Amino acid sequence: MSKSTVAVIDYGMGNLHSAAKALEHVAPGAQVLVTPDADKILSADRVVFPGVGAIRDCVGEILRLGLDEVVKEAAKSKPLLGICVGMQSMMTHSEENGGVACLDMFAGEVKFFGDDLKDAAGEKLKVPHMGWNQVKQERPHPLWKDIPDNSRFYFVHSYYVTVEDESLVTGRGHYGVPFVATLGRDNVFAAQFHPEKSSRSGLQLLKNFMEWDGTL
Amino acid sequence: MGLAKRIIPCLDVDNGRVVKGVQFVDIRDAGDPVEVARRYDEQGADEITFLDITASHEGRDTMVHTVEKMASQVFIPLTVGGGIRKLEDIRTMLNAGADKVSINTAAVFNPEFVGEAAARFGSQCIVVAIDAKKVSAEGEPNRWEIFTHGGRKPTGLDAIEWARKMVDLGAGEILLTSMDRDGTKNGFDLDVTRAISEAVHVPVIASGGVGNLQHLADGVTLGKADAVLAASIFHFGEYSIQQAKEFMAKQGIEMRMD
Repeated sequence: MSKSTVAVIDYGMGNLHSAAKALEHVAPGAQVLVTPDADKILSADRVVFPGVGAIRDCVGEILRLGLDEVVKEAAKSKPLLGICVGMQSMMTHSEENGGVACLDMFAGEVKFFGDDLKDAAGEKLKVPHMGWNQVKQERPHPLWKDIPDNSRFYFVHSYYVTVEDESLVTGRGHYGVPFVATLGRDNVFAAQFHPEKSSRSGLQLLKNFMEWDGTL
Repeated sequence: MGLAKRIIPCLDVDNGRVVKGVQFVDIRDAGDPVEVARRYDEQGADEITFLDITASHEGRDTMVHTVEKMASQVFIPLTVGGGIRKLEDIRTMLNAGADKVSINTAAVFNPEFVGEAAARFGSQCIVVAIDAKKVSAEGEPNRWEIFTHGGRKPTGLDAIEWARKMVDLGAGEILLTSMDRDGTKNGFDLDVTRAISEAVHVPVIASGGVGNLQHLADGVTLGKADAVLAASIFHFGEYSIQQAKEFMAKQGIEMRMD
């Protein structure tokens, strides 16, 4: 049997080194490709769709490189993991940068945390939401294997995902408002946090992804 | 339940080696930043900050390799500071595996650099380091000024106004060091920490002066810091990160314990 392959989609936005290294770390036998090449992405066993920075730039580059169709094609057939702005790009629309149409793979809106965010005690909350926050596992999923409920993951974002179909929510976070920390449908999973920067819990999630056959 | 306060150990790195000494590492090579960072990750550090104090070009190249090596073995956020002056410096560090860069002196001499950096790479990876020193006399209202050159050169810039300006330009986080307290082990300057934390909407990291665990807790509860940075109390094995977290959690501070 040939080596299992995972493609990390490279559309020129940010540092993919960490994601690639974390995947190599959890799956020493796998081949990790960081690539913008549609053929390589579509022939890989698994696909990671990362993203950092502003959504207009991210979606702009995805469209310019024709990677929107590639992501959608991968979503039909193999385990696909969206991370951070990668996850946000999968939604219908984002409020960021004055409003940006996204890939519409999941019906939902990406919203700003706001300038007047407060916690339950009325204390002002900083934006971006930066640091380690808990994720409540809303339903069982293969990617939650060996990760205790309410584990903390590393987040850094000013915009958060909401979905129309609440049954897609696999993990919930709370920062002044409840938000979608992870979502999943069939062979697609997406996380607002950075598993590659979330120490043991994040590495376990990536390990689970590398072992996942895409079924629930 | 909510966002945890962060503990960030800081390593001074010269030519790819940790300097000022790190004594807790139970291995032959205590000067290897990757080993030191791994140990801190195991103890539960929430982030690592590297301060590159190398002066030479060769040293810079070594630093890039160090960041690469570290990013392939330690999976928590990594900030690199020291000598970040051009967009190219930022790109190099991010490509090597840093998650954030910390800009200090270059921001004072060219504030627009912070704006350009945030526009190019996103605010989430731009930390502005502020070295503040109290300039008001006893009995006067508190006033702090920005100093450069390790606290020796005043700039005339008001620290609170400066922090606001940096955030307006796109800084995603402020690393605030009290030059009065740095190295004293007398605790953070809680007044300036609180004043700046309340003045800006982005997270503030308190730095300078930590001598015991109560100082870390005070930085969060009284100083309103979102994260606390320390070096020597962890390097010399006086306290582990785990001990610090347990201590802070007992005082009701939300910490990542898993």
